[in-house]
Amino acid sequence: MRGYVRPGNSQPAWLFPFVVIIVLILSVLPLARLAMTGIAALAKGGVGAVLSDPALWSATYYTLATAILGTLISLAIGCAFAFLLTLTDISGKGALSFLFVLPMMIPPQVTALAWVQMSGPSSPLLKALHLAPPLGSPQPLYSVGGISLLYGVQHAPLVYLALRAGLMALPRDGVEAARLAGAGSFRVFRDIILPLSLPGIIAGAAISFVSCTGNFGIPAILGIPASIYTLPTLIFTKFSAFTSRTFGDVAVLSALIAIISVAGLAIQDRALRGRDYRVLGLSGATAAFELGRWKLLLQPLLWLCIFFMLVAPFFALLAGALVPAYGVPLTFKTLSASAFYEILFRQAVTRTAFANSLSLAAGTALCLLLVTVLTAYALTRRKDLLGRIVSSLIEIPYSLPGIVMAVCFILVFAAPIPILHVTLYGTIWIILIAYLSSFFAVSLKPVVSAFHQLDPALEEAAKLSGAGFFRRLADIIVPLIAPAAGASVILVFLIACNELTISALLWSAGTQTLGVAIYNLDDSGSSDLASALSVLVVLMVVFMMLLLELMAKRLPRGVVPWRN
Amino acid sequence: MAELILNHLAKDFGTGRAAVADFSLKVRHGGFLALLGPSGCGKTTVLRMIAGFEAPTDGSIHLGERLLANASRSLPPERRNMAMVFQSYALWPHMSVADNVGYPLKVRGISGESYRQKVREALATVRLADHAERRPADLSGGQRQRVALARCLVSSPDVVLLDEPLANLDRHLKQEMEETFREFHQRSGATMVYVTHDQSEAMALATDVAVMSEGRLLQAAPPAEIYARPEGRLVGGLIGRGAILSLSSPVGDIRLLDWNALEPMLSHEARHQPRVDVLVRQEDVLIAGEGVPARVESILYEGERYAVKLLLGDGQVLRAFNRERLRVGESVWVVARAAWRL
Repeated sequence: MRGYVRPGNSQPAWLFPFVVIIVLILSVLPLARLAMTGIAALAKGGVGAVLSDPALWSATYYTLATAILGTLISLAIGCAFAFLLTLTDISGKGALSFLFVLPMMIPPQVTALAWVQMSGPSSPLLKALHLAPPLGSPQPLYSVGGISLLYGVQHAPLVYLALRAGLMALPRDGVEAARLAGAGSFRVFRDIILPLSLPGIIAGAAISFVSCTGNFGIPAILGIPASIYTLPTLIFTKFSAFTSRTFGDVAVLSALIAIISVAGLAIQDRALRGRDYRVLGLSGATAAFELGRWKLLLQPLLWLCIFFMLVAPFFALLAGALVPAYGVPLTFKTLSASAFYEILFRQAVTRTAFANSLSLAAGTALCLLLVTVLTAYALTRRKDLLGRIVSSLIEIPYSLPGIVMAVCFILVFAAPIPILHVTLYGTIWIILIAYLSSFFAVSLKPVVSAFHQLDPALEEAAKLSGAGFFRRLADIIVPLIAPAAGASVILVFLIACNELTISALLWSAGTQTLGVAIYNLDDSGSSDLASALSVLVVLMVVFMMLLLELMAKRLPRGVVPWRN
Repeated sequence: MAELILNHLAKDFGTGRAAVADFSLKVRHGGFLALLGPSGCGKTTVLRMIAGFEAPTDGSIHLGERLLANASRSLPPERRNMAMVFQSYALWPHMSVADNVGYPLKVRGISGESYRQKVREALATVRLADHAERRPADLSGGQRQRVALARCLVSSPDVVLLDEPLANLDRHLKQEMEETFREFHQRSGATMVYVTHDQSEAMALATDVAVMSEGRLLQAAPPAEIYARPEGRLVGGLIGRGAILSLSSPVGDIRLLDWNALEPMLSHEARHQPRVDVLVRQEDVLIAGEGVPARVESILYEGERYAVKLLLGDGQVLRAFNRERLRVGESVWVVARAAWRL
């Protein structure tokens, strides 16, 4: 009979299979290809050669050393900010929080570049202030310590956000009960708050560790000049010196990064076990501690941190962009905007990079929006095992370091696609597909939380009114999730625009992105142009973050990553 | 005329216990059925199966000759020509009141003057004509309720479903809305199915009441019938106020017992005889100078009278109303004018 449907499924029959196919292409196919290449290399016995290569072990050592040290630094900074900004009566919390989270969104190679411009003997800023160390003295950041410090600064916001989420849910009455029981501020902190916030600290440490392991921009700019290679930069150099063994080698290296990341997450899981403190009672820990006289010390200290982490590097970058060449001191005489003029109007490379990055970011954001709305719809109405498997498959490419995903897609698309006989490798499309895969989870999260907040009766009422699937989508669902979808687009655009790790491996002549252009300009000695480009990128980041900040009131909780 | 027929309906969510089992019921065209039962008894599941949001795992649903759903196929909700008032009202926050009400028409391709005319009429029926351009967020609870009702009215549905529509309203508003529902039912002539856990709502509104418990239909009958002649302990306990006594079986097969039949059952200690459940309504128990002895266990002042809990000689509880205040522990004599064997 016409019009009847199979029971047990309220969504169109094609919807879930469509989602599954997308996930197969974006998640399963590339990871399976990586695994196959790795296993093939293993079977051929090529692995012995890779594993006996001292470069591999030194890279593993440097990766672990910088990641662990970086995680410790990010823990120290992130926890201090989280505790002070969430639990005390310190003033200017909103501004401090926004500024503190900003480095997370700035591309790591820009951070590295800014810090290089801020320190060392050739710093235009230090020279202008007559603080520069004598010429010939080493750049202190080209070291394991330098890389770790920048990891710490870059990833401290991750720790801050993870811990803050936990602190916000802390039962205020629990703190008050401890006070009444006779505990002083310090004891309350030690006996109540610290144990309860431990899960947040552990989670933050794990995210920070995984991000450090996969970071490319910082070790590329700080490590390569000092011959300190981490696993991601080693993969990068392997690709630059391409041989017949490269694919096998790189597959093994990527697998090693993936293993280190997964080990980090496994340790987190282990540490979190038995620490599932369901918070009972009223939450909302607003300013439980009065700092009193300490405020006079801590308030300037926090602003000093922000100054050194954000303001000083930015001005160093600006100074670097305003001098005609690296090493020239910044004075009113040398001041010139020619670098900006150069990158915006003269250099074809940077203009292509702008066009590429902006169109890639826009393309990724819009394609993902379309897929995400359908996926979120299908997943929120499906609570079975298959649905959960699909959601975790979407998460994997995002939680793996970008460099691993880039290698996966090179392996998939290096040869022409069967049947179609099209080669994607070397075109801009391979970058787009890799972005779609890596940022699927970023795009999905806000939309899914909007769907969770949506009363299912709203759609059911439309069904009973006689509206079919697309009609309901257009009239009811899309208007209601529009704010979250908008946030999702901006977020993906922001991240994709500044991305370097994936495009560093996938670009070729004519398809370079902004991230690649900054790195290449700096690499070829045009640090003034690299700085100018970085300044523009930072301004773009701040602009988009402010846009999201303005939207935040109309969005479901948890959509804007730096707000709770 | 199109009857709504539920035929051996069953729903199992795979939780180990069927949500609805072997549920058979007919709602005549233009009837107003109240599905009554405690929360979790499966009444909302029945409603959602009628609407098409859930598919039955067994049995079938017909509207007249037309099959709506059975275990193997199901007509999607958008093709059933039904309407529903949701517990949360389900008004679309991004549309104005008029757009909310007119949406079913818009989907059916009706536009222009006839669209505006129908929306106006529907809004006038629920006395919201001057709120047409407001957003649902600007309305009070009762007004939102009426918008939801107008949305049901506008497309002349075959069946209107109401899922505990008064649960979120205060008592005063409840009475007003009950009146609106009755009016709505008379005016529209639609078949209505109303889910509630409040027996006074069910009694006041429905032409038929179906009592459910643990997924099963216990009894379906007009309100007065179900009050006077409940079947079984569960229905007897759910509907109205009263006490259920376990007494020795009366002579003969009569079910409606008067005092003459009841007195020997109450006073005789006939232990060897089989025992039956007898429902004694609270308003039928009189505290008088004669009858069987009882002791006052507790009293509750209700304004117009006292509700009295009495203990009979064998420890069974009997409930009564009394105009005067009694003392707790006081010994009294009681007479029951009528009782119903369950």
